[in-house]
Amino acid sequence: MAKMFLNNMIIATAGGVSDWDNILSSLWPMIQGGIQYTIPLTLFSFVFGLILALLTALARLSSSRILIGSARVYVSAIRGTPLLVQLFIIFFGLPNIGIVLDPFPSAIIAFSLNVGAYSSEIIRASILSIPKGQWEAGYAIGMTSRQALTRIILPQASRVSIPPLSNTFISLVKDTSLASLILVTELFRKAQEIAARTYNFLELYVTAAILYWIICFILSIIQDRIEKRLDRYIAK
Amino acid sequence: MLLSVKGLHKSFGDLEVLKGIDVEIEKGSVLAIIGPSGSGKTTLLRCLNALEMPNSGTFEFHDGFSLDFDKKLSKKELLTLRRKSGMVFQSYNLFPHKTALENVMEGPVIVQKKNKDQVRQSALNLFEKVGLADKVDLYPHQLSGGQQQRVGIARALAIEPELMLFDEPTSALDPELVGEVLQVIRDLAKEGWTIAIVTHELKFAEQVADQVLFFDGGHIIEQGPPLEILKNPKEQRTKQFLNRILNPS
Ligand SMILES: Nc1ncnc2c1ncn2[C@@H]1O[C@H](COP(=O)(O)OP(=O)(O)OP(=O)(O)O)[C@@H](O)[C@H]1O
Ligand SMILES: [Mg+2]
Repeated sequence: MAKMFLNNMIIATAGGVSDWDNILSSLWPMIQGGIQYTIPLTLFSFVFGLILALLTALARLSSSRILIGSARVYVSAIRGTPLLVQLFIIFFGLPNIGIVLDPFPSAIIAFSLNVGAYSSEIIRASILSIPKGQWEAGYAIGMTSRQALTRIILPQASRVSIPPLSNTFISLVKDTSLASLILVTELFRKAQEIAARTYNFLELYVTAAILYWIICFILSIIQDRIEKRLDRYIAK
Repeated sequence: MLLSVKGLHKSFGDLEVLKGIDVEIEKGSVLAIIGPSGSGKTTLLRCLNALEMPNSGTFEFHDGFSLDFDKKLSKKELLTLRRKSGMVFQSYNLFPHKTALENVMEGPVIVQKKNKDQVRQSALNLFEKVGLADKVDLYPHQLSGGQQQRVGIARALAIEPELMLFDEPTSALDPELVGEVLQVIRDLAKEGWTIAIVTHELKFAEQVADQVLFFDGGHIIEQGPPLEILKNPKEQRTKQFLNRILNPS
């Protein structure tokens, strides 16, 4: 099906028909870039980001002024600055103070920090959306706050947070293309490199777009499945 | 005496809801708390397991465990207090992501760290007791209100508390479901559980309670055996309250 898509597209763009083979042979390197970098980058950043987000959300919900304050500054700083600038600070800026990181770990750090900030607000809101009576029911059977949080509140909050977190995840897949600018040879960087050689800019970039689209499409199907499975986690 | 409460005070900001309450709860007895809406009955009950933290007062349990709320409770004291009582909520508050059986097993398994197989067996016995042996694997949203409340009772019983607290356990229920829940509480009373219950079901209080406590304006107005309080109240305020309930206009 992808082939047909590509075919039509190329016919539509007339001029580049002769480069059909070129594009087919570039498909594999792009997919490789996706498998080697785009997907791992997305998954690692999302997992680290979620851990960071949970900690940040809990800090925001704690009663310690210092924790609340640092969490707020972190979220505000990340949300108030462009992702690309953060990426550049980590990869091109930090070496000036002696911290030299490879492109891939730099990207993971930047994306994790980003996911952490945005998702912390989602997680905080979903924790707050669970009725107070659920905490109290936990306390009433003798639970500590930690037990009530992990056994009663988070399972329910996680269900509430899946739709907004999936949006974050899908944005992340697309944002990883920014890593091309700090030389991570992910999907889009591969497209750029090949295009620079062959001048098939339109075909290659549209192909890249379609590959991203396919990944996101698959992800939204998975999201749907998870949501259905966890439906019972919500108080009715 | 299972529990003796002295000088219990509780305010929410400027609003003083409990103005120095003394209550004694006899072991194996049923204490019914009645009073007008907003008088602080729920607050009193919630103070008994520190879901609401009293501002001052003392608790003394028969086993020597005692608390003084003028000082800040330690975490350990708080947990010990909570594990002495089981709470049944007006709105059930079952855990929606757990089956009825899991709801009931949660306390003994997670909090008390008891053996899972033994807990399962005693949980099944509890379901038998509340008449829901065939519903153990259903989720709360698959149960009627009356059934949910009976699971709520089983969940509270499962931690083997010394004192069962009920806050208007039937007032969220359709009238035809009230009876099944009251019957369960009646059975518990017969078995000798110590119970404190906030209720508007005067008939039930009359039949089941050993003591009735009429509560208004942050004070205990009067307290005594049900026949005395419900049939022959001494205080004007009690009379007015009973009149209003018995002859709603
Ligand atoms: N968490 C709270 N914060 C502020 N005020 C509260 C809080 N809980 C209760 N109150 C107030 O305390 C008073 C007593 O409330 P409480 O719920 O104990 O009354 P009640 O006797 O149980 O009433 P009802 O019969 O309607 O259930 C009310 O005026 C209520 O508004
Ligand atoms: Mg109440």
